[in-house]
Amino acid sequence: MIKKGSWVQIKKIILKPEQRPKTLPEATRKVPLTMWVKGYLNCEASLGDLVEITTVTGRKESGELVSINPYYNHSYGKFVPEILEIDRIVKRALFGSDKL
Amino acid sequence: MNNSYDDVMKRKNEIMMKSVGIDYQKYEKDYINFDYEGLLNEGEFDLDLINKIQNENGVGKTPLKECKNITKLVRTVAKEGFGARIFIKDEALNDSGSFKARRASVSCYQAKKMGFKGVIAATSGNYGAAVASQAAKYGLKCIIVQECYDSLGIGQPEIIEKARACEAYGAEVVQLSVGPELFYKFLLLLEETGYFNASLYTPYGIMGIETLGQELVNDCLKLTGKLPDMVVCTNAGGGNLTGTARGIIKTTDKKIEVVGASVNLKGLHMADDKDFNKKSFTTGHTGFGFPFIMNPDRSDVPRSAARPLRYIDRYVTVNQGEVFFITEALSVLEGIERGPAGNTSLAAAFALAKELREDQIIIVQETEYTSAGKHHQAQLDFARENGISIYFGDPSEEIPGKSIVFPKSCDLIRVVDVDLDLIRKKYIQNQVVKSKTMTSFDVEFLVKETNTNKDFVLKELKKHQVKLEDNYEQ
Repeated sequence: MIKKGSWVQIKKIILKPEQRPKTLPEATRKVPLTMWVKGYLNCEASLGDLVEITTVTGRKESGELVSINPYYNHSYGKFVPEILEIDRIVKRALFGSDKL
Repeated sequence: MNNSYDDVMKRKNEIMMKSVGIDYQKYEKDYINFDYEGLLNEGEFDLDLINKIQNENGVGKTPLKECKNITKLVRTVAKEGFGARIFIKDEALNDSGSFKARRASVSCYQAKKMGFKGVIAATSGNYGAAVASQAAKYGLKCIIVQECYDSLGIGQPEIIEKARACEAYGAEVVQLSVGPELFYKFLLLLEETGYFNASLYTPYGIMGIETLGQELVNDCLKLTGKLPDMVVCTNAGGGNLTGTARGIIKTTDKKIEVVGASVNLKGLHMADDKDFNKKSFTTGHTGFGFPFIMNPDRSDVPRSAARPLRYIDRYVTVNQGEVFFITEALSVLEGIERGPAGNTSLAAAFALAKELREDQIIIVQETEYTSAGKHHQAQLDFARENGISIYFGDPSEEIPGKSIVFPKSCDLIRVVDVDLDLIRKKYIQNQVVKSKTMTSFDVEFLVKETNTNKDFVLKELKKHQVKLEDNYEQ
């Protein structure tokens, strides 16, 4: 069980596919409009439960509990060797090949 | 209260009116025109006051830096005697890491002055961090609404980093999957909280950038003893270009060519769940640049204060591969590591510098911070993961969503000119939809909006069979 007051993230469907405007591209229209928000858990719960949270601005939102202590995992990505080739091209153009 | 999509959209004007504290109706005139300068005087700010607000809050007075090695690189591929000096205004050094701090500073100042408890902005870009940072200084609560993930929950690394930055400055971030109905949730939040709508398109969002135009003119004069010949602005919603150009005009009588530059994302639909993660640029691209310049009032306020067509002298596009290439060049040749989106105008400037003489000056008016997610390394890896092929060749072969082509040599960095007259005609077409009858003031308005002349406007109106009122003065 996850304790009341834990920092969590919830997920909620804002609009079901049938509620979305007809003008949207098909790929978007056939999926729901989904929202993710973080906040403090208002009652003890488990992952997957429908819960209510209080956000840092003091708002209440409810939705499916999807994460506890949500963290950032974006990075600089896997190495892209072409970037080194850009360095070679610009340095060669500017300083000549013997200066690399 | 009924919070269904249709009902909330019906309450749009009422919600907006309360949340920006501007009575847009009082600026409306005749059939299509409105008092633009009157709107831009809302709150009676002047450049001195804006400078004071910004300088007291970690914004502005960023250094103008000459990119000597990039200029030399241009001259290796330019005709003899050509290759203008390139300078960058290092806007990444504003608190929160981009020029957007200028726009946020006036909005947050105004929100505080008017007694709002908090601010809300709908943005997936640097503007979110800018609003969050400025709100922190004024003790305002802050909510940023982002379009962040596709339906599978896979987020653009660049946008996830911006969410992190917003949270670092104490904001609540509401993240949504792809779709223009973000605006619906945005309206609900404004209604629920009663916070100030720190829209990018209010007069405050534009006034804040006028100082950038003013500074770059003065900085250039101080550094070189001359005024710039050309200023290149990355163009998306149009506010950057509008504010910069207005600031330049308020500072000097010399005609300085203002060029807009956008990353070419032709073929990628902005509201498409599948296309969302195939773009390597989430801002500064044609997906915003084109629709907003042709129809500025499609923004989140009744009348956008960002009206780039009034000020733009030339509009060019560059490809994603060229922007990544120049971002890396800036890093290894100038020792300045910055984010790619902010370098859109630098890639354009590289190509444009070839057209100008060696003694002429081009200013690239922004840079943005870089980091995990927002670094070109991260974005290129994300592109590769999404099946985009990355290779060296001629960038003109690049197909957005399928390939990113780095120039195999520097002479292949080029700009493609957008036909501004065509854009102007489309703009007029969008106005004609609003009314098939016009007054002489409406015509005058269109002349200013398109930066053309009466003949041009009247010819277009005739084409659309617009009726000019009997009292129309020739």
